[in-house]
Amino acid sequence: MYEGIVQDVIDALGRLPGIGPKGAQRIAFHLLKADPEEVTALAEALVALREQVRFCAICGNVAQEETCGICRDPRRDPAQLCVVEESKDVVAIERTREFRGRYHVLGGAISPMEGIGPDDLRIRELMARLADGVVQEVILATDPNLEGEATAAYLARMIAPLGLTVSRLASGLPVGGDLEFADEVTLGRAFEGRRRIGGQG
Amino acid sequence: MHVTHLGLVDFRSYPQVELDLEPGVTTFVGANGQGKTNLVEAIGYASTGRSHRVASDGPLVRAGAERAVVRVEVSRAGRRLLVELEITPGRSNRARVNRAPVPRQRDALGQVTRVLFCPEDLALVKGDPGDRRAFLDDLLVSLAPRYDGVLTDLERVLRQRNALLKSATALRGGGQRARTAAEQTLSVWDDQLVTCSAELVAARAHLVARLAGPVGEHYRAVAPEDRDPRVDLTYACGVPGVTDTGADPAVGREEVAEAMRAALVARRDEEFARGLTLVGPHRDELVLRLHDLPVRGYASHGESWSMALSLRLASYALLRAEAGPGGDPVLILDDVFAELDTGRRERLAGLVAEVEQVLVTAAVPADVPSALAGRQVAVAGGTVVLP
Ligand SMILES: Nc1ncnc2c1ncn2[C@@H]1O[C@H](COP(=O)(O)OP(=O)(O)OP(=O)(O)O)[C@@H](O)[C@H]1O
Ligand SMILES: [Mg+2]
Ligand SMILES: [Zn+2]
Repeated sequence: MYEGIVQDVIDALGRLPGIGPKGAQRIAFHLLKADPEEVTALAEALVALREQVRFCAICGNVAQEETCGICRDPRRDPAQLCVVEESKDVVAIERTREFRGRYHVLGGAISPMEGIGPDDLRIRELMARLADGVVQEVILATDPNLEGEATAAYLARMIAPLGLTVSRLASGLPVGGDLEFADEVTLGRAFEGRRRIGGQG
Repeated sequence: MHVTHLGLVDFRSYPQVELDLEPGVTTFVGANGQGKTNLVEAIGYASTGRSHRVASDGPLVRAGAERAVVRVEVSRAGRRLLVELEITPGRSNRARVNRAPVPRQRDALGQVTRVLFCPEDLALVKGDPGDRRAFLDDLLVSLAPRYDGVLTDLERVLRQRNALLKSATALRGGGQRARTAAEQTLSVWDDQLVTCSAELVAARAHLVARLAGPVGEHYRAVAPEDRDPRVDLTYACGVPGVTDTGADPAVGREEVAEAMRAALVARRDEEFARGLTLVGPHRDELVLRLHDLPVRGYASHGESWSMALSLRLASYALLRAEAGPGGDPVLILDDVFAELDTGRRERLAGLVAEVEQVLVTAAVPADVPSALAGRQVAVAGGTVVLP
C-alpha cells in the first residue's frame, strides 16, 4: 500500500479492463516520472472524452456531433445495415473495407447474468430504423460467443416478420472470442461468406 | 508417450522450476505440502486445460503473481512436442504448440494425455453424482478436446439461463409481465441449452458404453478375491424419454434434443417457480453397480477402492486403445499407495509396471511397492532436487 494519492491512482487504474494490480502500479510510477506536459495532455484528453464525445443519434456509434461520420456519409449504402455490439466493432469492420453499408450499435449483448435484457440494448431503435423499408439486408455481426449468438438469434426472430434478408457472419471467426480481436483477413472473409438465416430469397 | 521436460513459472508454490524427466518410473518424494501434487497437477493442466483439484484457475497462480506458465514437452513415438500455456485468471489463457501461438487454448489440448490416480478417487464411487460427471467429462476432453468447448458453453448457458429464470422469479410483483418478458429471450437460451446438452449427453453415454467392458475386466484383476464380480455401468440421463443413447452417438444426439425440448416445455412452470434449470446433463448420473447393487451406499470400503482403481485403469486402456502408435498416456499415481492395502498396492503396481512412463508421488517412500522402484526425485519447499 502507498500513501494517499499514489494509491488512489493505482486503485483507479486497476479498475480499468485489462490492467492488473502490478500493471496499475507500473503505470502510476511511469506517470510520476514522465514529462508533466504529457501527463497533463492525457488528463485533458480523458476529461474531453467524457465531455465532448457523444453517441450518434441514429446508429449509437461514438460521434463528435449529433450524428457520426458514417451516418452522414452519402456514399454509404442505406440498404445494408450491419448490427454490432460496440463501437469498437465498427472500427474492426471498417478496417476490412468489405462493407459499404451502415451500422447499428446495440451497446452490448443479451446477458441475464449481468442483468442485460433486450430492453437494455438499442433494439427498439433498431426496429424503428427498419420500419421505413429502406434497409433491405440486416447483417448480424455480434460477437462469436454465447451471448453474441443468443443476441443474434433473438434479433433474427424479431426481424423475421419484416421480410428482410437477415444474415450472420460466416463461421471461421475464432469461437468464444471478441469481434474486435479477429484479424482483418479473417473478419473480411467472414463478411464475404455471411450466411442467410432468415427473410426473403 | 512420455514427458521429457516440465517447466513452471509462478505455478502454485513454484516461482520457477525446470525438470527433465525420463521414461519408466519416477517417484517424487517429499513431506506433506512440499509441492509434489503441484508438479503432476501441471501436467494434467497441459492435457485438459483444467486442474483435477480446483474448478477455477485462481489458485493455480502463485500467490502474489499475475500469471503462471506451464510448459510440458512430450516425446511421442520419437517426436518431440512442446505445449506451453500461460494461465491468467479471469482472462483467456494463451497457448503455444511447438513455439507457434494457437488461436485458442483448446487447440493445444489433448496433445499431452495422462491418467491420474489420486486419493480423492474414492469420491468417484462414494461421492456425489457431480464427481462422476466430472470423471466422464475429463476423460471425454482427453479423448476429444473439442468437448472442452461444449462443456464451457454448457456451463455458461446454465448460468445465463438460471440468471434469467431467477430474475423473473425475483420480479414476482411483476407477475405475468415479468414472466412474459423473460420468456421472450428464454427460448433463445433453450435452443443453446438443447444443442450443447444433446451433444454432451450423447458423448457421455457413448463413452460409458465403451468403458463398461474394460472396467469389469480391471475389477477382476484388482479384486481377485471376488470370483464372479458382476460390474455394471449405466449412464442415467434425467431427461424423460431418453432411452438407449449409447449405441450410436449421432442417433443419440437427435433423440436427446427432442426429448429435452419436450421436457423443457413440461417443466417450464416449475423452472420459473424455482428460478433454476431443471433439465439437462448437469443432473445426469453415472450409475455403478456391483452384484446388481449400486456401489454408492452399498459397497464396502475395499470394494469401493477396487471400483475406483478399475475406473482409472479402464480410462487408461481406453485412451491407449484410441490414441494410436506411441500415444500411450502418461500414468500418474499421486499419493495413492498410502490409501491402499498391501494386496491392492501390489496388484496396481503389477498392472502399470509396463507403462511407458509412470510418475509417482509419495510422502512415505516405503509405501511404494518395489515393482515401481525407479528414479527418485526429492521435492522440498517448492524446489526439486534431481538425484
Ligand atoms: N497458488 C499458490 N501460491 C503459493 N503456494 C501455493 C499455491 N497453491 C498451493 N500452494 C502451496 O503448495 C503446497 C501444497 O503443495 P502440494 O499439494 O503439491 O503438496 P504435496 O507435496 O503434494 O503434499 P501432500 O503429501 O500432503 O499431498 C501448500 O503448502 C500450499 O500452500
Ligand atoms: Mg499431494
Ligand atoms: Zn451513426
